[in-house]
Amino acid sequence: MKAASVPAPTYAFPQSRAAQITFVLLTVYVIYALTQLDVSLERVGQGLEHAGRFLGKMIPPNFARSELLWNGLAESLQIAVLASALGIVLALPFGLLGARNLMPSWVSWPARLVIVVARSFHPVVVAILFVKAVGFGALAGILALTVASIGFIGKLFTEAIEEVSAKQVEAVRATGAPFTSMLAFGVLPQVFSRFIGFATYQLDSNLRNSTMVGIVGAGGIGGTLFAAFQRFDYDFVSAILISIIALIMAGEVLATAVRRIFIDNATLRQLFRGGTPAHDRPLDDD
Amino acid sequence: MTATVTTPLSTSRRTWRRFTPAQRTGRFAIYLLLVIAIVTSLRTIEVIPEFLYDAPDQVVDLLTRMWPIAWTYYPRGVHAALLETIHIASLGTLLALVLAAPVGILAAHRLVPLWPINWAARLILVASRSVNSLVWALIFVGIFGPGPLAGTLAIAFRSIGFVGKLVGEALDETHAGPIEALRAAGAPWRSLLSFGYWPQVKPAFWSIALFRFDINVRESAVLGLVGAGGIGMTLDAALNLFQWDRVALILVAMFFVVIAAEISVTQVRKRLL
Repeated sequence: MKAASVPAPTYAFPQSRAAQITFVLLTVYVIYALTQLDVSLERVGQGLEHAGRFLGKMIPPNFARSELLWNGLAESLQIAVLASALGIVLALPFGLLGARNLMPSWVSWPARLVIVVARSFHPVVVAILFVKAVGFGALAGILALTVASIGFIGKLFTEAIEEVSAKQVEAVRATGAPFTSMLAFGVLPQVFSRFIGFATYQLDSNLRNSTMVGIVGAGGIGGTLFAAFQRFDYDFVSAILISIIALIMAGEVLATAVRRIFIDNATLRQLFRGGTPAHDRPLDDD
Repeated sequence: MTATVTTPLSTSRRTWRRFTPAQRTGRFAIYLLLVIAIVTSLRTIEVIPEFLYDAPDQVVDLLTRMWPIAWTYYPRGVHAALLETIHIASLGTLLALVLAAPVGILAAHRLVPLWPINWAARLILVASRSVNSLVWALIFVGIFGPGPLAGTLAIAFRSIGFVGKLVGEALDETHAGPIEALRAAGAPWRSLLSFGYWPQVKPAFWSIALFRFDINVRESAVLGLVGAGGIGMTLDAALNLFQWDRVALILVAMFFVVIAAEISVTQVRKRLL
């Protein structure tokens, strides 16, 4: 009996069985879903033909109807500013009430429920309901984006408050300070810089969405964009898209400036002299 | 001669300020800008007062028309559309992961040390993120016609920027040690990627993918408003016919799908990371 046991080769990175199974399952799912969605190479091929013509009609962009464009952009900007202001102001009490380390559960649960419901629906869906309630126009857009802001800032603010260090809160409480002083001197200073981050982020996000709520008649440039699409005015469409992108980028620059001043304590001079931004945006989305 | 002497009393009266005057000017400028923006917006926004007066009536009307919720419509009209929405979200996310990985690699200076290529890749990522998924949907409906294919592509193209940017940043933050060790052993670039970089960015990658899937479930629900398939198309049809009891059903269905997606994402994240 020869004991020439050949050692089994060992791998530094063994293939994980679970990863292989997941990969196979994903592949099966993709094939199944593609058949469900009725996607075929033929359709993709036809589409690519259309795409060429479509892009051809978009160039050059047509800025001739600049008044319509400006009014739409201005209204989007107004919606974004007012909805952010209103949303941030309303999100503060909801965020405070939802914090489980400050409030009893019979207060925090209803506040958290409001935040969850406000966050679950896309702003455009909320805008549909407000268009029915307060009619077509910018007001519906403002209210819809206010709801979205309450949902988003409320959630992050609640989490931020739940993570504050208890030491400072107890120190303030030990001096016999009332509840409001405890909030103002024990809790809020700890979450202020994160709050600025959420607020600028929300302004940015509201600006993106304020250009979209017009699709359902809630004011802003979105209505003009949708109408141009339906009339196949593709050169005007590209002009609107370029303007929207420019507006959003301007908003991003402004948001970065606010964060630099309030979170990094930068001065105006440092801001204009440039330099590497110390704080990048949080996970972004609209 | 006497004024230069600082008495103990005057030092105790020194005022302490947290920020320098320059820093305070910066903060003041932002506050001022904020007030100006709010005031001008309030003064120039066009609100039609007649619409506002009957808002309470309209809300009551809305609620009475929504109740009772048309539950019986679910198996007939909503279930299939809901599944289509989930397919759009998951296929869109998968396609975005496949497309975003190479762009993210090209955007990372550590992997591709050529600035022109990095900037070109970043331009693609910025363009993808700046266009809303509804606008991508309008574009793809124009190209491929109405249907879930346009929706899937819209979700994918909007997500490329998001995933690619975060993957690129994760790649730029990897430790050089394992990569240099592999390179010293003469490993080809494919091995560098799969044994040097991938194990380091794997947790970030799956976390980004799950996070984006969660967002995409929400977004895919509205794409149908512009004809890109899914539950949004059912919603659009119900709205056009003023069938508010069906609208209420669709809203409830959307709510539960979003909550279910969020819970499952949290569970998968716990298991995976």
